[in-house]
Amino acid sequence: MSMINLTINGIPCQTPKGTTILQAARGNGIHVPSLCHLKDVHKYGTCRICVVEQVGAKNLQASCMVEAQEGMEIYTHSERVRKARKTLYQLMISDHNKNCLSCLRNQDCELQALGRELAVQDDPYAGDEPYHGLVDVSESITRDTTKCILCRRCVTVCNEIQTVSVLNAQNRGFDTKIAPVTGMKLGDTNCSFCGQCVAVCPTGALSSTVHEDRVWKALESHKHVIVQTAPAVRVAIGECFGLEPGTIQTGRMVAALRQMGFYRVFDTNWAADLTIMEEGTEFLQRFASVLDGGEATLPMITSCSPGWVKFCENHFPEQLDHLSTCKSPHTMMGAVIKHYYAKKLGLKPEDMFVVSVMPCTAKKTEIARAEMMNDGLPNVDAVLTTRELGDMIRAHGINFLNLPEEEFDNPLGQSTGAADIFGTTGGVMEAALRTVYEIITGRELPFPNLHVSPIVGLEEIKEATIKLENVKPEWSNAEGFEVKIAVTSGLRGARKLMEQVEAGTSPYHFIEVMGCPGGCITGGGQPRTFHINETRKARMEAIYREDEGKPLRKSHENPDIKAFYEDCAGEPGGHWSHEYLHTHYTKRGLFNEMTDEHFVVEKD
Amino acid sequence: MAKINDKYDLSKIKYNYRSEMGRYEHHIYFCAGAGCISCGCADVAKTIQECLGEYNLNSKVKMIETGCIGLCSLGPVMLVMPERTFYVGLSPKNVGKVIKSHFVDGKIAENYCYQDLKTKEYIPCIDDIPFYKDQVRIALQGCGTTEFDKIEAYIATGGYATLHKAITEMTPQQVIDEVKESVLRGRGGGGFPTGVKWQAGHDAVADQKYIVCNADEGDPGAFMDRSIIEGTPHKLIEGIILGGYAIGATKGYVYIRAEYPIAVNRLSKAIDQARAMGLLDEPLFGSDFQFSLEIRIGAGAFVCGEETSLMESIEGHRGEPRQKPPLPFQAGLFGKPTIINNVETFANIPYIIKHGAGGYTRFGRVGAHGTKVFALAGDIVNAGIIEVPIGMPMRNIIENIGGGLIGGKEFKAAQVGGPSGGCITAADIDVPMDYSELIAKGAMMGSGGLIAMSTDTCMVDTARFFMDFVQDESCGKCVACRIGTKRMLEILQRITKGEGKKDDIDRLLELGAVVKDTAMCGLGQTAPNPILSTIRYFRDEYEAHILDHRCPAGRCQALTVFEIDPQACIGCTRCKKHCPTLAITGELKHAHDIDPLLCIGCGACYGSCPVDAIHPTKREEN
Amino acid sequence: MSLSLENLTCNCDHGSTDAEKYAMIAQVIDAYKDKEGSLIQVLHAAQEIYGYLPLELQKFIALRMNKPLSEVNGVVSFYSFFSTKERGKHTIHVCMGTACYVRGAQKLVEALEEKLGVSVGEVTPDKKFTLDVARCIGACGLAPAVMVDNDVHRQVQPHGLDAMLKQY
Repeated sequence: MSMINLTINGIPCQTPKGTTILQAARGNGIHVPSLCHLKDVHKYGTCRICVVEQVGAKNLQASCMVEAQEGMEIYTHSERVRKARKTLYQLMISDHNKNCLSCLRNQDCELQALGRELAVQDDPYAGDEPYHGLVDVSESITRDTTKCILCRRCVTVCNEIQTVSVLNAQNRGFDTKIAPVTGMKLGDTNCSFCGQCVAVCPTGALSSTVHEDRVWKALESHKHVIVQTAPAVRVAIGECFGLEPGTIQTGRMVAALRQMGFYRVFDTNWAADLTIMEEGTEFLQRFASVLDGGEATLPMITSCSPGWVKFCENHFPEQLDHLSTCKSPHTMMGAVIKHYYAKKLGLKPEDMFVVSVMPCTAKKTEIARAEMMNDGLPNVDAVLTTRELGDMIRAHGINFLNLPEEEFDNPLGQSTGAADIFGTTGGVMEAALRTVYEIITGRELPFPNLHVSPIVGLEEIKEATIKLENVKPEWSNAEGFEVKIAVTSGLRGARKLMEQVEAGTSPYHFIEVMGCPGGCITGGGQPRTFHINETRKARMEAIYREDEGKPLRKSHENPDIKAFYEDCAGEPGGHWSHEYLHTHYTKRGLFNEMTDEHFVVEKD
Repeated sequence: MAKINDKYDLSKIKYNYRSEMGRYEHHIYFCAGAGCISCGCADVAKTIQECLGEYNLNSKVKMIETGCIGLCSLGPVMLVMPERTFYVGLSPKNVGKVIKSHFVDGKIAENYCYQDLKTKEYIPCIDDIPFYKDQVRIALQGCGTTEFDKIEAYIATGGYATLHKAITEMTPQQVIDEVKESVLRGRGGGGFPTGVKWQAGHDAVADQKYIVCNADEGDPGAFMDRSIIEGTPHKLIEGIILGGYAIGATKGYVYIRAEYPIAVNRLSKAIDQARAMGLLDEPLFGSDFQFSLEIRIGAGAFVCGEETSLMESIEGHRGEPRQKPPLPFQAGLFGKPTIINNVETFANIPYIIKHGAGGYTRFGRVGAHGTKVFALAGDIVNAGIIEVPIGMPMRNIIENIGGGLIGGKEFKAAQVGGPSGGCITAADIDVPMDYSELIAKGAMMGSGGLIAMSTDTCMVDTARFFMDFVQDESCGKCVACRIGTKRMLEILQRITKGEGKKDDIDRLLELGAVVKDTAMCGLGQTAPNPILSTIRYFRDEYEAHILDHRCPAGRCQALTVFEIDPQACIGCTRCKKHCPTLAITGELKHAHDIDPLLCIGCGACYGSCPVDAIHPTKREEN
Repeated sequence: MSLSLENLTCNCDHGSTDAEKYAMIAQVIDAYKDKEGSLIQVLHAAQEIYGYLPLELQKFIALRMNKPLSEVNGVVSFYSFFSTKERGKHTIHVCMGTACYVRGAQKLVEALEEKLGVSVGEVTPDKKFTLDVARCIGACGLAPAVMVDNDVHRQVQPHGLDAMLKQY
């Protein structure tokens, strides 16, 4: 890497060629405040806060945008720069909704923190506010444009990273707002509700639609309130309490939930193992049918990620047959709790209240779908994001870091390592292969440590070919068959794979899609971070550690799952499963023109 | 249409057109510029045709519709050749008389010629009119004297011969060298040396390069580029192809604002003609070089005149600027090296290549050669389009070419450079109109808007007007411009309403400095200029508004009431009739009086008084 | 083929149906298929053909050009030339500046609303007029003033409105 020399604040600095002035400064330990810029995600230059003085340049330079050049002489905090930053900040707050004390982002707000850093003490430019003071609530995401500073991080995420393209700048000048199409509410659009926009919003303009009140209320009611937690939550919840990303906090999380008064603390991982049984069986059925020359839709695509499912329904409504009919693990769990576990306790399904703690905002919309009901009851009653759980633990006065480690309740608390890896991209596929390969060949998946190395990692699209050799007699017609698989995370990758499927050119038999880049570990409901790539990596490594630490690594080995089938469902893909664990999908179309279902929440 | 393959084809067309025109004794150059069109010149043209028939003049007189002749405030106008008699203020009613007198009776219809307001003399010959006398027309050459809708007419004036010369006798580098030596500077606002820009474009290595003509002229009151496109669209095309050849671009775009439908229409016709003759989309004159040109129409956003926004708009996006660097020659349109010049710049190119740099540097001054087109507007007698050598003192433009201020009023200042520029005061009226001289005074050449203002003008209100404009046109991308211009406008609005606060001037200076220093694009970086410049020269007016609640010019309605000087009033009752609020009382032939409580300061009476007896004065607070 | 606006001008008076207009717009989109970045040019043509750019038409364009609707709307709402509301052939601006107001501009607005059967901001059923109000147009001496397109009508009285409208 060739390096260039420049001086910053009189200090000789070196930086790799091609880096920005901001990177050069930070790389040399010199702090430059910034706001709209988000490392590895968004570089747009709208807020101008990171301006610096470059000797010889007419104007101040936006350091996040301008490339460092050999011999540059930069001052990051000259009087001219400090004055400009302060004025820019004052302009930014001059039309900002300043009810900070009752804002969800109070003390967790980048705009607020910047004001503190710049020591701004007055608001001299307060004036007209743009007319778009609108609060738009959908099942998953709440938009409050009075708090929007037009940094456009969400626009980049929604358009470039996720290619959902529902958020964009509308209107011009002072009237500019970030919105779906004029007059349309988010719940009416093709939004996938992945929440990646929420995860990057520096202020309270985009937030998840919180279910905290629903849960508090249920906890005070006569109902049996049961909570379950997704695999990705345990590797991130610690960040809400100042721990490093990737610190596994399963035991403390369980202890906290128990202290909060939940009747049972179950593990969504149990349902992940269940999902593998159901989804693996479904794949084997489709695969066998194709081998026999019958009709079955391949590639089969995973359906655990509701953001991805909605994306598919909106953008590829004619390809829904490719989706596995399995519900996502937490809704399976909800169905099992209400329609199996309740019976075991001698309770009625309506006596149960199921809360899912998820790294995800799309799951809030998922539980409102008509398909996620059985016998007139929703499978899940509330979805808390990891961030919301952190807030609730704090609101409950629990000193999280001092908690003892506790275990999940049984019988829906035990899981295998295969379930753990559901939390990261490539995990569902690997978990499925651990089981499916063994069913077809009678042998363990031939990869070191059971990790299918080609599909491990954070690349957008990963693929692998698994050759079936020395198969069991009943799978003889699969002998020598090369199963082609693909794994993607993030909806841009999903779009690429689906375009192949749509065109009939997809070479794959089985595809895993996760709606968020990296999978659930960096879902829209996870704690926010300024270092997305590093955080994602740390959480992923923790997930694999959790898997490797488990005595059982394959879903079909989970004794509680076996017991469940014996006790209730009979066999995977059987009648009970179809009634409660499988679902169907809704053709929606790009403008929801194919359905009447909407996800707008009317505020009273 | 026959294709043009070599210079003999060009000569043939030239000869044919000239001999066709030579059959007539007289030609009427009838101005069909947008200004005259809006004055109803179509009906006048129809009447002329009818008259020519009526008087049996069709074999003797040929009427040619041309682009803008320049004196827009006196339109519709026509120029009779070869005698060069110039008729102004034509209407369907009077033009018959003019035709009969001039062509049948052989007598110049003097009453319909230009009248010098000072000497009251009529000046029939266009060359004797002060408005034209000091002008040098290079970019405007042919504008008003060529049939705009015939490629043959352009070729007959030597058009496309320069292109032929460049392609067949010169290397691209030689073309660039010529432009460099001419020291032509960008005429759109920035004033960057065109040759240097082209060299960068030429040296950029890419599979595709673009050349773009910026015809998104948006400054209030400026219409230089429109005149060039409407009058000589082929000259623009030739200039662009020359630019394309020089930098190695095979594809060009003209980005033109939608508010110019006539210009769009004429230019697209011209492009079709050039294409039909093999000058576009085919190898030129037997060389390897071929060029295609496409029009892209804007959609009503001033910011698209800024080059990076313009590129975004051509690409079909919201016209939001990009951070520079990278500069367009590094990564421009569709990410490819792109050179962007404005219309007037391109219109100078054929002349420079034809006459050589030496022919061009005869005009202007060291460091800024050639001429500049200005749009004269405001309180000036001869409003219109002019072209003068760079460096001409502003006084010459205002007093001689412009004919002074309307009603003989006193000159107060001129806004130069539109909403990005600043004002030049009466004290500086002798400033040479040159890039650096204007910048030293806090103004800028800009695209060439020149708005003359009399002592009746309130400078705070003028600053408010420009800020209103810029704020409305801000794209909203960066904080500095989106909110900064809004807040500056709010402060100016309250000052002009008499609600200014003590520290408002400091606030404006502070905000202005930050917006200038931190905005992303040229629009934002120059937006505070009108404020900063008016505060620099007219701080006392700001203070009068803020501290005394008084508008010295009597223009800010909220601060002004009018009063009648009873000594001067002749009791004509005109003011009384015009007053919308019945504030004026008085009997015929007796001095009138205005009730200050009823007066809303609209100035209707002021404009109606024949004897100058009405004056603005400070509104006393209740 | 040259794609100037003129070639695409549709005389809406001949009563093309919506389906015909959409078909024309589809043709335009297809004609621009190979040209890069043609969204704005397509929107111009679509507005010329349809008169304005309602949401349904924006959806049609988005779908056929394979662009997100939010991007199409972002462009439409950025440029002042594009209108998402139907405009009449002529726009009437009643000046509501102080001078005009005290001389009865409000009465004019009411009279026009009654005569045209629309409220301010709306277009008449025959698509002939859009009724609007304006800030001071600087014609205080002519108050109350009404601007129809670019013509200023001076000292307009309610009983003179018929005569004024008849000119259009």
